[in-house]
Amino acid sequence: MMQIDLSVQHVLKRFGDFTAVNDISFDVESGRFFSILGPSGCGKTTLLRMIAGLAELDSGRIEIRGKDMAGISPNRRPVNLIFQNLALFPMMDVGANIAFGLQRRGESKSGIREKVSAILDRVDLAGFESKRIDQLSGGQKQRVAIARCLVLEPAVLLLDEPLGALDLKLREQMKVELKKLQAKVGTTFVYITHDQSEALVMSDYVAVMNHGEFEQIDTPQNLYSRPQTPFVAQFVGDNNAWSGTIRNCEGTVGEIETDDGFHFRSELHQPLPVGAAVDLFLRPESMLIQPDPSLPDLNRFEVVVRSTLFDGANSRLLVHPVNAETELLVALPQTHQYDYIQKDDTIEIGWATPSGICFPK
Amino acid sequence: MDKNGMHDRLRWGLLLFLTPVFLWLVLLIVLPQIDLLIMSFRVESGYGDSSWSLYNYRQFFEEPIYWLTFVRTAVYSVLVTFLTFVVALPVAFYITKVVHPRFQGFLTVLLLLPFWVSELVRVYGWMILLRESGVINHFLLRMGLLQQPVEMLYQDATMIMGLVYTSMLFMVVPLISALESLDNSLIEAAYDLGANMGSILYKIIIPHATPGIVSGSIVVFMLTLGNYLTPNLMGGKNSLWFTEQIYNQFIASFNWNQGSAFGFLLLFLSSVIVWLGLKLTRQNLRKVVQ
Ligand SMILES: Nc1ncnc2c1ncn2[C@@H]1O[C@H](COP(=O)(O)OP(=O)(O)OP(=O)(O)O)[C@@H](O)[C@H]1O
Ligand SMILES: [Mg+2]
Repeated sequence: MMQIDLSVQHVLKRFGDFTAVNDISFDVESGRFFSILGPSGCGKTTLLRMIAGLAELDSGRIEIRGKDMAGISPNRRPVNLIFQNLALFPMMDVGANIAFGLQRRGESKSGIREKVSAILDRVDLAGFESKRIDQLSGGQKQRVAIARCLVLEPAVLLLDEPLGALDLKLREQMKVELKKLQAKVGTTFVYITHDQSEALVMSDYVAVMNHGEFEQIDTPQNLYSRPQTPFVAQFVGDNNAWSGTIRNCEGTVGEIETDDGFHFRSELHQPLPVGAAVDLFLRPESMLIQPDPSLPDLNRFEVVVRSTLFDGANSRLLVHPVNAETELLVALPQTHQYDYIQKDDTIEIGWATPSGICFPK
Repeated sequence: MDKNGMHDRLRWGLLLFLTPVFLWLVLLIVLPQIDLLIMSFRVESGYGDSSWSLYNYRQFFEEPIYWLTFVRTAVYSVLVTFLTFVVALPVAFYITKVVHPRFQGFLTVLLLLPFWVSELVRVYGWMILLRESGVINHFLLRMGLLQQPVEMLYQDATMIMGLVYTSMLFMVVPLISALESLDNSLIEAAYDLGANMGSILYKIIIPHATPGIVSGSIVVFMLTLGNYLTPNLMGGKNSLWFTEQIYNQFIASFNWNQGSAFGFLLLFLSSVIVWLGLKLTRQNLRKVVQ
């Protein structure tokens, strides 16, 4: 059993009538990279600010390393927050920014100098002490902000969309660097983002948040392959969606008639009565193009190709079923095997029962 | 029309437009100043004729009453500037960072309101409150806190309070604009990194607001040094302000030469003090003016 660094229990926060964070509970084990993923405005920043002590809870309890944080001000909590806009101090150089927290603790001058240069080394900015903040690039500012917190050796490092302001290329690069850095220093990270790829790439565990509540806390693999709610199915990764009705149900396998008239056999999230309305989700890569006729038990149907969306390894076909308008995305493996497929071609699509993700409405 | 012609027309237009401004500057400001400057270097002999001399300036340094008055005025002005800053900073901080944005405008207007009436009226207002038979004494006597009325006017402390009150606005306004540009997340970040209120003030707020503090301080210092009404009406009879010396020379002694010499000394010495202040705090005027 690993030590729990951060424990959030039934935390609730209201702004007037509006509930920004609604009864959220979770634990983060020591050394984990824990992400909170949710759309803009779902209450992520509010939750993080409560953990840091910058906002009051209306009810609930926050423990850090087993110690209740109620009534402890932000400057006495063993957590540090990296702000959405980084909040580096422009009136100080890089060295002074990083030394700020150590000086507040009253550490010795020589000790501070050593720690500052060691942490700068760690984030690959050795010798940057006397640079001004406005002389740094976006990625360098990022790392200074991280160094400024890590040098204090917090129990938990809180990060509020720190990559949000960076351009795409740098973001991809920082994602990998941040993950490596976390593995190297071993500090517990609580990272919030609205970008699902950031959360999936970096995290050990991801909590998906919506309207102030957690929908699911799971490993990235499970979130993707076994979403527990329709919101998670749609928010994490791409999904094709149908609505339909249960016609037959044996255990957790059901026969579904979709609104546009198809009959599919799909795995159900839970046993459902005949006649229940459902949402059926299907990943683009679960759909096979021109499946071998010998494969048994596939849901097969014919579609017309609307266009090819080329995006390297992530290329897709945009198709619609022959007699319906529903748009579907189908993964297009770049093996040249399917190069013959043209716009307006009619092709067969097949998918296996276990790939279906189906929730009652 | 060729390009040259248009150019000419533009230039004449500009000249026509600038002439009144130029005349106003020269006739009303530059010429009188030059006249006063010349006057300050001349002394009248008893028979109505005058000659060039440094006598008026020597007089300032040789008569202790003059330069002591100046030193007193300067020291008090520095004190007033500092006190004004100490009072204005929390006010500006409250208006920009604490209060709901909806009330910010309202509070700023409230702050400006007293300055819609003239300084004279404001000072008399204070006098009504503070004098021996004034409102405050009346209430203190009624409540039994005092046995005998106390004269609160005509004391240095009262005068300083009056000067701080008069100068408040000129410090609060630059501070508000300096603090408005301070990102709240910097304060929160400092708090999160372990700073207490004191170190947030010294390490984040004051460094950020320095240009506002410096420009506010210069204005307040200069206005206080050159103030005549408040020290005259609220200060004691034996607490002379340097402007009163100048007034005395011009009006009481009819010694315009001495008066203008004092005027230029005030200008020169106060500039030196401001320059010294900027040097000591390692600021430069260019950064402040930006
Ligand atoms: N001080 C406040 N007063 C009133 N409402 C607030 C306050 N702070 C946040 N809210 C509301 O709470 C909700 C959650 O805000 P929060 O900043 O936590 O969102 P977020 O998930 O961090 O979004 P983003 O991804 O855009 O940063 C929003 O609807 C916001 O309008
Ligand atoms: Mg946010």
